[in-house]
Formats: sequence, C-alpha cells, structure tokens
Amino acid sequence: MAKPAVLTHPESLKRPAGPSEYAKDPVNASLSKAEKIALYTKMARIRHFEQRCIRIYQQGKIGGFLHLYVGQEAVAAGTISLLGKHDHIITGYRDHGHGLMVGMGMNECMAELTGRVTGCSQGKGGSMHYFAPDKNYWGGHGIVGGQAPLGTGLAYAVKYLGLKGSCLAYMGDGAVNQGAVHEAYNLASLWDLPVIFVVENNGYSMGTSQERSTAHPGCLAKRAEGYNMAWDVINGHDVYEVRAKTAIALKRAHEESKPTVLEIFTYRYFGHSMADPDKTYRDKEEIKEYREKKDPVLAFEQELLREKVLTPELSLQINEAAMAEADKAAVFADESPDPTVADITKHIYWEEDNRGPKTTSRGTIIFE
Amino acid sequence: MAVISYREALRAAMREELKRDDKVVIMGEEVAQFNGAYKVTEGLLKEFGPKRIVDTPISEAGFIGLGIGASMLGIRPVMELMFWSFSYVAFDQIVNNAGNIRYMSGGLINCPIVIRGPANGGTNVGATHSHTPEAILASHPGIKVVCPATPYDAKGLMKAAIRDNDPVYVMENTILYNDKGEVPDEDYIVPLGVADVKRVGTDLTIVAHGRAVITSLKAAEILEKEHGVSVEVVDLRSIRPLDEETILASVRKTHRALLVEENKPFCGVDAQVAYLIQSKAFDELDAPIHRVSSIDAPQIYCKRMEDLQMPNVERVVAEALKVLA
Repeated sequence: MAKPAVLTHPESLKRPAGPSEYAKDPVNASLSKAEKIALYTKMARIRHFEQRCIRIYQQGKIGGFLHLYVGQEAVAAGTISLLGKHDHIITGYRDHGHGLMVGMGMNECMAELTGRVTGCSQGKGGSMHYFAPDKNYWGGHGIVGGQAPLGTGLAYAVKYLGLKGSCLAYMGDGAVNQGAVHEAYNLASLWDLPVIFVVENNGYSMGTSQERSTAHPGCLAKRAEGYNMAWDVINGHDVYEVRAKTAIALKRAHEESKPTVLEIFTYRYFGHSMADPDKTYRDKEEIKEYREKKDPVLAFEQELLREKVLTPELSLQINEAAMAEADKAAVFADESPDPTVADITKHIYWEEDNRGPKTTSRGTIIFE
Repeated sequence: MAVISYREALRAAMREELKRDDKVVIMGEEVAQFNGAYKVTEGLLKEFGPKRIVDTPISEAGFIGLGIGASMLGIRPVMELMFWSFSYVAFDQIVNNAGNIRYMSGGLINCPIVIRGPANGGTNVGATHSHTPEAILASHPGIKVVCPATPYDAKGLMKAAIRDNDPVYVMENTILYNDKGEVPDEDYIVPLGVADVKRVGTDLTIVAHGRAVITSLKAAEILEKEHGVSVEVVDLRSIRPLDEETILASVRKTHRALLVEENKPFCGVDAQVAYLIQSKAFDELDAPIHRVSSIDAPQIYCKRMEDLQMPNVERVVAEALKVLA
C-alpha cells in the first residue's frame, strides 16, 4: 500500500488550539453572552445530530449516502451566524450542518434521512438534498461543484432586485477542479456579484488528497487572483476567526457588490461518506491529532470557559439537551410514515400540481 | 393579423413579455450588443437596456446555472443557447439542477427558466452543431420541451414558456427563422401540451414536430395531387407535455400512422408516440406504424448527403405509400 499522502493544511494549523486571536475582533467582541452561548449550542447540536445519524445509519435505517459534518462545525456556524435577511446560502452534499445552522429542526432533518414524508423534502431528497428556502437555504446539491453557478445566480438575483444581500456558495476542496466552479468565479467577478465562495478544505476530495488531485495544492483560495477576485484563508477550527474574516467578505459583498473566495481549513473525522471505510488514504494518527488538539467545538467551549461565558455545568447541560433532542428526532424519524406511491408523482411540475384554467400546461406530462 | 417571420415572432414574444413582467431577463452569448447570433434578439438591448438584455461570456455551464439560481429567487430568465448542441457542456445544470430542484425540495423551490435556441440539422455545419436533443431532454420528468414549426406557434409557445413556472426548453430551427406566417396582433398564448392539426385528412395520419411538420405538409400535398391520398398532419408542437388525445383521435379517424422527425431513430420522440398508438389504439390500426427519421449516424457534413440523411419530402412520400399499401 502506498504511504498516505501528507495533508497540505498550513503549518500554523498543526499547533494545538489555544485562545483565539480573534476574540477581540469587533464582530466577536460585540456578541452578548447569550449570543455566544447560542452559537456554542448550535455547534454542539450539529455535533450530536451527526453522531446520532451514525447510529441510525448503522442500524440500516438511512439509505444511500451519508456525508457527516463532524469536525467541520465551526465553518457553517461561524459563517452563517453572520447572515441577515437578504443573505442566502447554498452548498454541496455535506449539508446537514448548514441546515441546522439556518434553523431547520432536527426532526425534519432526521426524517429526511430515513426517507419519511415528514422530512424537509418529504423524503424526496435525502441526506444530500436538504432545502429550506424560507430560511434562505437553497440546498443541498449532489453533484460536486454544480451548486457554484446556482449560488452565483442567487447573488445575481439579489443584486437585480436591488437588495443589500449576498449568497454564500459553499463547496469542498474537491470541487475546485470542476469547470462549473471556474465558470462561476469568472461570472461573479465579471459582473460584480455579491457572492462568497466558501471552500471548506478538509484535505481530501473523497479519498484523494490535494497533493494527488490539484496541480497547485495548498493554494486553492489564491486561484481567485486569476479571476481578479479577493480571497482569504481561514483557520476553520476557530469559529471566531471564521466570523472575523467572513465578516470582511460580507461587507465587500454588501457595500461594494464584490465577490470573494474564502478557503477555510477544516477536517472531517469520518470517511467521505459512511460508505468510505476510511482505511486507505490517511493515517489514523492524523485523525487522532485533529480530534484531540484541534476540535472546533471543544476549542470554542474552552474559549467560552476562559471568558467565563460558559461554566462546565452549563456546557454539560447544553450537550445533554442536544443529545436528547437528537434522540427524540431519531424516534420521530423512525416512527414517521413513508410517502405514498401517489406522492412519487407529486412536486415534479408546479403547473401540474396547480393545473387549472390559468396554468399554461395541458396534455399528458407524467407518462405510464 | 400581421405576416411576420418565425424570427420576428420569437422576438415579439420576448418583447411583449419583457414589457409585461420586469423580472424577465434575456441572457446569452451575443444577445445584446451583437443583436443575436441569429438576430432573434435584435433591437432588444436598445429598447430595454443592459440590465434586461445581458451578454454572457462563452460559458454555458456558468451562465445557464446562474440563470437557474436566479430563477429560484423569482427572476424569470430567458436564456439563449446559440445552438442547443452547446447545451451538452451545461447538461448538469440543465438536467440535474433545473429539472430536479422542485422534486428534490418536496415542492419548496420552483425554477421558472426558459432556455431557447436552435436545435436542428440541415445547415451543413457537421455533427457537433447539429444536435436535436428534444427526446433526450424530454425523457427527464421535471423538464418541458416545445418545438414550434410556424411563426404563430413560435410566438404563442414562447409566451407560454415565459409565463410557465417550470423549466421550459424551447427548441427552434435556424432553417425556419425566415419562414413567414400570420400572427395575431393581440396578446395570445399557445398552451403547452396542445397539438395542432395542421392539415385535415382521412386516409393517413402523419405525426411530426418542428421542421418535419413543414416537410410533411409538402409531402401531403404531393400525396394528394399525385396519389389521391388524403393526409392529416398532426403537429405535436409540445413534446412534454404531450397531447396524446389529438394523436389518438387522428389515428382513430385514418387508421394509419406515419411518424416523421429529424431525430435519429433510436429512442426518438416517435418511439414514444408509436408506443402510445399501439397501446391505446391498437385495434384501430389497419397497418403497422412506420417512421421516417434521420439516417442513424452522426450528422454528416457534406450538404448533398445531409439532405438525404434527414427526412425530406421524397422519403416521407415513399414511406407514406408503404403505410398505405
């Protein structure tokens, strides 16, 4: 077996986590005690939701693919905690954390995984296709990089409608070699669109390290220069840093209607999906090091303990509540009904679901 | 009632919808300053300005995807593909994103986008620029496909497509752009999924779409004059939704069917139409269903051979006579 490739994350990330240099950044210093606790609670909820999913998957109740967000929580938490009314998000298939962050309930998220009609997409999307447009969350997309043009289009619409907003278009490091992403970069910069491309760099595009997939690894954000776009790199284990640097990109989007590429270094603790035995392409020691020394949820807990915002008792209470919520969601997902056979042919066409004298469609559109 | 060209009819549809709804945006390669590669959008930039009429780089996956994303937030983009052949580099956007988003979101998100442009062979440009992807695209639930053959239908279907809340792919034909026909001055739409009997007859039904309708109408005249046969020509106009009733009603009347399309035969639109007729009007048939399609090869460049590769009047007449034999 070939020696596993070395992860190309920056050296600075390999230091054990310590007090955040960004705690005093205005965007963090201005947070109230309650807001900080709420942010920590959301990160803990993502962690416990995902860990509960593993058990349900192992019980055989989740079909298809399950891509976990464990280890990457600070990315969704830090970025989404900054968003306002006209800020939208869209992501790839590792989409549970973003869903919980925008305020989707654990029940609807868990029930989607088990394919129930009570799921956020009524059992029609699955793990990779969460949507909550009422919360400005536009999915949940299964094809690597395919969401980048859509996110650019959401930003285009925001600008067209004269709103002060943005779209955060997330992708993994594996997406940066897809043509659709490069086309989206070019259009975003050419047309001054308020889009922020967030590259969640967890080091591996499925089982292929950047060393083996990318001609200039360790430099993904810098590709923005080829498109005359601003860029930055972020330590994704520090939610304060994520917030501080994303705030700058958001301001650029809101004030100047300009795009940004943010590369956020992060790490996933489990395989690419649950179907990945995770034995061939990276060292167990590497995972252990990240888990023990760089964990974003523990790091933020420690930060808040030092700030005396959290107490060990309160933290325990938050984590136990999140676990209990995930347990309840698992029961809900287990006990909810399936969609019916008749449901298979609903939600294909708006005009068909709403057919009447004023709609434009006639004839047969669903075939036997 | 004015007599205008197919090209002018498409333009008039877009102009009227641009005026009616300020969320309508025209976008594509060379649609604005260049006035359209085929001049369909000529003059629109001058009339509506650069916010509504937008030139894109040559970047189909990018700009089609952008249009889909914008449509999710309520913009109604009308995207021009210089050729539908170029849709293949944007296929993930056109199929996976536009076609699936409503379904996968359990009906939470709509994609009211129109993608339009020519989809035809017969122009001596070789295989890469001569694709007719209506059957490929119409095979995906979530997508609608229309193929107008006349100026009246081009305008009415385009207006219906722009008002429709689902992705509608309008496949035009460069050879028809200069064809003229009567088009009403007042507002109208041709609803999707309504076929049109372009010629009434009693002995044989020809089902066709796009330019094959025009070919079939010419063949029908020869069949009447030279062979004394009365041919009914059904123009599908819309591939998905499909007007099954009009097809079946005609077959029940004539008891014989010939299906004509410019696609290659394998899994063409007419494969579906043939299945429909045999499953719902089998007892009505006095003869097997025949088809005329393009000869099954990538589109040949040589113009003399391309004219023979595609359905032409002679081939349609010959095949009709076999059905009638």
